[in-house]
Amino acid sequence: MRKFCCPFFGILQKRAVCGMIRKIGKKYSALLPGKVVKHLYCAQIGNEFFNTRKEAAAGQDGVHMETIIQVKDVSKTFTGKENTVEALKGINLEIHRGEIYGIIGMSGAGKSTLVRCLNFLERPTSGTVKVEGRDLSALSERDLRAMRMQIAMIFQHFNLLMQRTVLDNICFPLEIAGQKKKDARNRAKELLEVVGLSEKAKAYPAQLSGGQKQRVAIARALAMNPKILLCDEATSALDPTTTKSILALLKDINIKYGITIVIITHEMAVVREICSHVAIIDGGTLAETGTVEEVFARPRTRAAKKLVFQGDTGSEEMNRNLATGKRCIRIVFRENSSFEPVIGNMVLACGAPANILLADTKDIGGVAHGQMILQLPEDEAVAGKMISYLKERKLEVEELDHYVG
Amino acid sequence: MWDSATVMMLVKETWTTLFITLTSTLFAYVLGLPLGILLVVTAKDGLRPLAAVYKILDVVVNVVRSVPFLILLMLLIPFTRFVVGKSYGPAATIVPLTIAAAPFIARLVESSLLEVDKGMIEAAQSMGAGTGTIVWKVLLAEARTSLIVGCTIALGTILGYSAMAGVVGGGGLGDVAIRYGYYRYQADIMIVTVVLLIILVQILQVIGTKLSKKLDKRNTG
Repeated sequence: MRKFCCPFFGILQKRAVCGMIRKIGKKYSALLPGKVVKHLYCAQIGNEFFNTRKEAAAGQDGVHMETIIQVKDVSKTFTGKENTVEALKGINLEIHRGEIYGIIGMSGAGKSTLVRCLNFLERPTSGTVKVEGRDLSALSERDLRAMRMQIAMIFQHFNLLMQRTVLDNICFPLEIAGQKKKDARNRAKELLEVVGLSEKAKAYPAQLSGGQKQRVAIARALAMNPKILLCDEATSALDPTTTKSILALLKDINIKYGITIVIITHEMAVVREICSHVAIIDGGTLAETGTVEEVFARPRTRAAKKLVFQGDTGSEEMNRNLATGKRCIRIVFRENSSFEPVIGNMVLACGAPANILLADTKDIGGVAHGQMILQLPEDEAVAGKMISYLKERKLEVEELDHYVG
Repeated sequence: MWDSATVMMLVKETWTTLFITLTSTLFAYVLGLPLGILLVVTAKDGLRPLAAVYKILDVVVNVVRSVPFLILLMLLIPFTRFVVGKSYGPAATIVPLTIAAAPFIARLVESSLLEVDKGMIEAAQSMGAGTGTIVWKVLLAEARTSLIVGCTIALGTILGYSAMAGVVGGGGLGDVAIRYGYYRYQADIMIVTVVLLIILVQILQVIGTKLSKKLDKRNTG
């Protein structure tokens, strides 16, 4: 149904679309253009974030989304004594209001520099950064500082003030803005409640766990009611469970307050978990941008592929999209001859087709390297036969059962 | 030697030493603290890089620190006379002590402030904090334990310097040690003054350590 809606956008008038959508039902109201859309779909997201991603993507096709951050031809060169490093080369980005935008890249790709260009902690060597239509380079020092209050930031190492209590840490941005101490304290208490740490108000950061520290940092970031939240590797120092809870909190904040979130990470899992859009940065240039869906389903560039297929869980997203309740397996090629048509032979031997969901193999000196993800036939016996066939061929076979609906 | 006059004299001179030390340290901080902050702020990767200012301060600090205190003491006699009206006695000791200690303190402050995690400074900047706010609420506040430890070191050093001022009749325990112990060969009085100096340093050290521990919230388990 959703797929049908997208093409209508270009053709039909707004009103017609609205009428139609009303009929289609609540769930698809996300396709309404403009600001209202955001609110509507935000309200309805619930647990179905996965669906909303598609809708957000569709929303962008609708061209009515408001740009909140615009990065144009941004380059940044660091000049050292002996060498100069081009950290960013001609980056163009557009981030829309209400999005959770992921910027992913290997370490050293320039992503941290890029995010610092968004609040001018780093001044780009050339190019412009516009936030809410205002060119940051044109702002006076004072206006820039005022602007930064609207662009909060959280960090990998939390960067809390260690000599202040949790409550005073959250008061800090309010102090900077010159708020009254009493008001600041009340606001800080409110925020502690939002991040679920009310009982830690009087604790010092050293007494908190990593996840708790990041929660405090998030509360601190929210203090000034920012429009944008920049997250620089915010979960990279946390364990997987804590990462999940922090990401859930960020998602919550995005929905509840409509804050645009930019997430810098080197972990694809993070992008998959909450981002609607992603930009892949590689060697200081933007390799690929698009909705998370698109990039995951069809990574075009090498950098994207490298990130999409990284590690064992590299293809979760694909499985979720494509495998609807069938058994999926992942095969890893290490030592097989690339001249042997393993999958073809398997299909012939078992007399049933298998669907290749993902294939990423390379021929290195006559030996196949890489991975494939197959969707097996529903018939258990045939599927079992296929698995044992592959195992006989000395392939590593791993069942991706936890993604089987 | 334990006649009441000697004891009274020792007590009085102990107080004088303490007075000289504390006052000089205070004045030295009035000069050295801003100097140290300026060094950090104007450094190449500081909050407001100003190469020229940094270079000048850096050289001045190094030059003053390289001059041996005893020589500085002599060199500064005309200046001391200009400031306090005479070139001997406790008040006159404070002037050269302050000037000798200020650059030393500037370096102590500089190293304390440089210990502050750059991430905190960046976080404050991302919140729109200006340089003044960052210096006051991030650098100084976060480095406070290290600054107190530095202050304890400074007090110990200045106490030692103050004893040297005894050579030019600066007053205090150092003066006593030189006059009685060195010129009059009364070794027992010299030993007593040394013991008193040790006790003073010890007391200052204990207070400093206690205070810095109490104010440090980084290891609050």
